[in-house]
Amino acid sequence: MIRVENLTKYYNQLCAVDQINFDIQKGEILGLLGPNGAGKTTTLRMLTGYLQPSSGSISIKGLSIDKHVLEIKKLLGYLPESAPLYHDMLVFDYLKYVAAIREINSAQQLPRIRQLADLCGINEVMSKPIGELSKGYKQRVGLAHAMMNDPEVLIFDEPTSGLDPNQIVEIRKIIKEIGREKTIVLSTHILSEAEATCDRIVIINQGKIVADGSTENLKHSLSSKNMIHLCLQNADFKSVETTFSALDGVESVTKVRETDSEIDVGVTCRSDSDLRPDVYRKIKETDWILLDFHQETQTLENIFRELTKES
Amino acid sequence: MRQVAHIFRKEFSAYFVSPIAYIVISIFLFVTGWFFFSTFFLFNQANLRTFYTLLPVVFAFVIPAITMRLISEELNIGSDEILLTMPVTHGDVILGKFFASLALIIAMLIPTLAYPLTVSFMGQLDWGPVAGGYIGAVFLGAAFSGVGLFASALTRNQIIAFIIGLSICFTLTLIDKMLFFLPQSLLGFFSYLGADFHFQNIAKGIIDSRDILYFVSVCFVGLFGAHFTLHQRH
Repeated sequence: MIRVENLTKYYNQLCAVDQINFDIQKGEILGLLGPNGAGKTTTLRMLTGYLQPSSGSISIKGLSIDKHVLEIKKLLGYLPESAPLYHDMLVFDYLKYVAAIREINSAQQLPRIRQLADLCGINEVMSKPIGELSKGYKQRVGLAHAMMNDPEVLIFDEPTSGLDPNQIVEIRKIIKEIGREKTIVLSTHILSEAEATCDRIVIINQGKIVADGSTENLKHSLSSKNMIHLCLQNADFKSVETTFSALDGVESVTKVRETDSEIDVGVTCRSDSDLRPDVYRKIKETDWILLDFHQETQTLENIFRELTKES
Repeated sequence: MRQVAHIFRKEFSAYFVSPIAYIVISIFLFVTGWFFFSTFFLFNQANLRTFYTLLPVVFAFVIPAITMRLISEELNIGSDEILLTMPVTHGDVILGKFFASLALIIAMLIPTLAYPLTVSFMGQLDWGPVAGGYIGAVFLGAAFSGVGLFASALTRNQIIAFIIGLSICFTLTLIDKMLFFLPQSLLGFFSYLGADFHFQNIAKGIIDSRDILYFVSVCFVGLFGAHFTLHQRH
């Protein structure tokens, strides 16, 4: 559906997006994840034809964006970050204007606007100026704008930024709902959101792709280590270290935190074996008091932090 | 071309949704009306000479105020991102906005038809120069709109857009009045650049293709500059 090859964008000297490649299948919901300034928005803007790439190519449904930009714009619906809409237009007038530009014939304009108003829940603000709407409603009007011509590909730039938790859930629900038939690309820096809505995640950092795959795959492929977390009383680090280092499969023992009475220890071990029974048996032999004992699995959060931390 | 019409309709109605159109039209009518009629009875001549002498200077102030928001507001709130990701070209956007401002200028000129009507009751009015003057005013308005649109594409700040537009229009209006310190050889060239010079030719009732060509070229250069600037941003 969408193919991106060696896409690069320079802003003067600054390289915002650096040689990225990915393919998006029809019907997929792809999450573009990355810290602030990673190049997410720039990538999406290039996909929509708003920005011109410095080099590289984008093709959507086999149409190259350099040659068929108007045809591609007809296939796309785009919601920019924070939905920049005309403040002094009424919501209804605005949607009517969009319908006209999207070349929806005048008999179908009104039913289509009603349908979208129901889907996005904006019926009660139709006769208000956009400038007076709250952020959540503005975002929904933006969503209605993006879906006006029932496009095959939808591109959302941080669709839930600045919304309250209820609105976030609602917008996600709408995205999930339309994602059953459409191809969706969305960017976010909220991991739980990507996990909840996307089939596939591409993590980018400093303009480069650092990970690409489904959420499960990402967790699996990147978690080669497990960490067992212990909180002990009546123990000193030295003896704890010697006790656990003797176990087969333990790679290192680190002190996380130490107070007068307690000590927090992290035992890093290879993920192919479960060492929890052995660790417990070792503790039983001593007179340490066990306050906390859990194994940390790699969450998307950890993977993200690992991949995008400043090197 | 259909897209140009949609954008034109939206921009033109936007003028009347906000108070801009009403303010600009009232100021325009007040200034021209005051200066025209305050000296009209002193001269005791049934023509619109004073009105037309004044018009280029007033336009140089008023038209940049009309065009200043057209592109810079989009850049400022970021709505250009929404507009340009719909199936429209840069050219559609610029033409639509240009025609909207030209239509507002025409709407602004229509009430001034009351001046020649009033004058025609008081004396023998020669309608030829009056018609020429109005045709010239539309061309002058188109040229200044092109310039104003270019200024508006340069910046996201409407006030800066206004000042840039005003400076260019004002220079074009007054350039042929400031030629006395230039060498003889450059005189012809610089007086050709003067908008007022060409406008006064038409306002005498002589519609010369050179004058029309001048206004069309200024307008085209402005629109082309706006198109180029907008294109460069992306």
